[in-house]
Amino acid sequence: MSTARHNLISAPGVATHDVEAVNDARKRKLYKKREPIYPKLVHGKFRLAKWVFMVLALGAYYFIPFLRWDRGPSAPDQAVLIDFEGRRFYFFFIEIWPQEIYYVSGLLIIAALALFLVSALFGRVWCGYACPQTVWTDLFIAVERLFEGDRNKRIKLDRAKWSFDKAWRKIGKHSVWLVIAAATGGAWILYFHDAYDTLSHFFTGGSPISAYLFFGVLTFTTHTLAGTMREQVCIYMCPWPRIQAAMTDRDALNVAYRVDRGEPRGAHKKGESWEGRGDCIDCKACVAACPMGIDIREGSQLECIQCALCIDACDDIMKKVDRPTGLISYDTDINIDRRQAGLAPIYKFLRPRVLVYAFALVIAGSIMMFGLTTRASLDVNVTRDRNPNFVQLSDGSVRNGYTLKVINRTHENREYRIAIDGPERLEWRILGQESARGLTVDVPAERTQDFRIFLTVPREAITASNQSVIFTVSPDGSDESRTAETVFLSGGSR
Amino acid sequence: MSEKHIDQETGTETTGHEWDGIRELDNPLPRWWLWIFYACIAWSVVYWVLMPAWPAPPGMQGFTEGVVGNSERVNVAEDMQALQASRSEFFTRLDAAESYDAIESDPALFRFALAAGQSNFANFCATCHGAGAQGFTGYPNLNDDVWLWGGSFNDIRTTLLYGIRSDHAETRYSQMPAYGADGLLSREEIRNVRDYVLSLSGGTGFDAAALSAGAEVFASQCATCHGDNGMGDRSQGAPDLTDAIWLYGGSPEQVENSIWRGPFGVMPAWEGRLDDPVITALTAYVYSLGGGEAETAAEGAAGE
Repeated sequence: MSTARHNLISAPGVATHDVEAVNDARKRKLYKKREPIYPKLVHGKFRLAKWVFMVLALGAYYFIPFLRWDRGPSAPDQAVLIDFEGRRFYFFFIEIWPQEIYYVSGLLIIAALALFLVSALFGRVWCGYACPQTVWTDLFIAVERLFEGDRNKRIKLDRAKWSFDKAWRKIGKHSVWLVIAAATGGAWILYFHDAYDTLSHFFTGGSPISAYLFFGVLTFTTHTLAGTMREQVCIYMCPWPRIQAAMTDRDALNVAYRVDRGEPRGAHKKGESWEGRGDCIDCKACVAACPMGIDIREGSQLECIQCALCIDACDDIMKKVDRPTGLISYDTDINIDRRQAGLAPIYKFLRPRVLVYAFALVIAGSIMMFGLTTRASLDVNVTRDRNPNFVQLSDGSVRNGYTLKVINRTHENREYRIAIDGPERLEWRILGQESARGLTVDVPAERTQDFRIFLTVPREAITASNQSVIFTVSPDGSDESRTAETVFLSGGSR
Repeated sequence: MSEKHIDQETGTETTGHEWDGIRELDNPLPRWWLWIFYACIAWSVVYWVLMPAWPAPPGMQGFTEGVVGNSERVNVAEDMQALQASRSEFFTRLDAAESYDAIESDPALFRFALAAGQSNFANFCATCHGAGAQGFTGYPNLNDDVWLWGGSFNDIRTTLLYGIRSDHAETRYSQMPAYGADGLLSREEIRNVRDYVLSLSGGTGFDAAALSAGAEVFASQCATCHGDNGMGDRSQGAPDLTDAIWLYGGSPEQVENSIWRGPFGVMPAWEGRLDDPVITALTAYVYSLGGGEAETAAEGAAGE
């Protein structure tokens, strides 16, 4: 960092940055106050990819609640809706009831497996591009840059005394942050109540209290996590960096510094020969660009979210000094070693770990798809009375009581026919229903209805103390049916 | 303890205590933890002012009530009132219900009546009749189709209101004499009538002479209440002796014992102890257990 090194100009536009990796593990102290990081704007293919992904991700987040999906008159028409009051989760053609919560588990399992697979192949692409913490922090840094300028201007502004100029820039930045944070919290609640209704009621105070509560909490957390905490969330709060260490291996792609090409590093003067030295001119553009405050040249680190911005920063410099790009690039641990040993790089994508993850993903996905496509619109289960187990009647016959639960998942009121397969000479009665109606019951649309059913068998028809009973329920005029098995207890034929 | 002990490895001061060469590091508390601790102390002072906190000094009654005036006793009373108010609509409708059909035809009311009935049954009735209303020897099973005093909605309600052989003025009342204990019949006569009674519900293998002697005793002593053919009489709670249900047990010993001592089952009257709508809910619940009888059929049977 001597002034002499600053004077060494390798090529037009190449500047050496006065920057230190503030999150260097060797210097970090547990009680030390956070040192601010001022990431420098870079240009390049990964930066472009991140802008595009940010627009897509935020666009999806804000737009999805407004998508509509026709489900008939008795159900909401919002395509994606978590309806706590109605106890339903709607996702386009999928409709999940509380007792089918295992579908949500399945979804989480698939998400976890997909994360494992992607991590085994490409390292922390989730962290670098898709994680909400990354996306929102990136957006907040862009806003910060808009008001306060790039890295050097921001450092200068923070060091400057309070002035009108500093005040309006800070107030402007925080105002826009708050607007974004409020929009984030605002969009969140649209997933839990009808989006258009919520929007029209929200500003007049007509939304449920929970909506305002979550709006407030998410506004606060968005502003705090993306505005002030930033990289600390990834380093101290998030468990994934620790898990990632177990998910990765020597064949996984990671953002890495090509030690074989870069070393020995050192300042480079224009016109100086590249013989006998590495390509790294120690300009620290990669450190200045890093939103996590680390030096990628130290190798793989827990703090690195692999956002690849250092790749763009370095490539830019390499073009200017007329050296090949890719001094920092996606590479595998194995190839870093091989290159240092003078061997050709090898890429092994089809590793056992990758195949196992992919296989598990396909299996889990198939089970989910099978479950969702063959999901019945009718479900039935039966509980036999256990206190008393059976009742003896005055003529010696024995009666058992059952509660039959019929779940109608369709959007229309339906009539169901019940068939009972049990002991011979069995007589039935449905509590609260005229016998003349026969064994048919009504269940309203999207409802679960309980029916108390009494079965009576004459003493002389009883053959065993425990006889099988099967309830078969089918919608009127349909072949579809569901059965529920139980028993008829009688204490023996005596 | 003025001397400072510094741990060599970490450079941290120790507490100065030593156990078998082990010293405890005196690390500072995390700052955030300390601030929360101070905030809690500050809050406790606020809490003393706001909420009931300190008992009155010795010799005085009460406690510091706090400026908010919070009282859990009052809260509970208010909650109970709110609960009663929220149920009052159903209770009013239950009070107006004259028949089981009237309750059953109103699904919301029916659900409410069964739920209220079930919980009150567990509180007040399960002690004798069992949690599942299955009864015990001497305490009727309410699931079956045998009703000593009638199984229609209004019959059950009357039984619940006034009880059986209770201290209520309108109680259902009857008494079977203690034929043996009071010396009204000899042991032999009792055994004869026992065999006869058992034969009414299909019992076989009895001595023919004993049966005819028993039949004579039955006609002179028992038929007044239990009827000439032993079918019982609901108007006075006399059980049907020809069916398969024996309230006091159906073995020869148990039946003989019943005749000897004359059962005197008591059920308390609930009028005045439970509100009328609660009794109606209990009636609906008991009725729905599986043995409830239609109103007209019960009247017809009583008239026979």
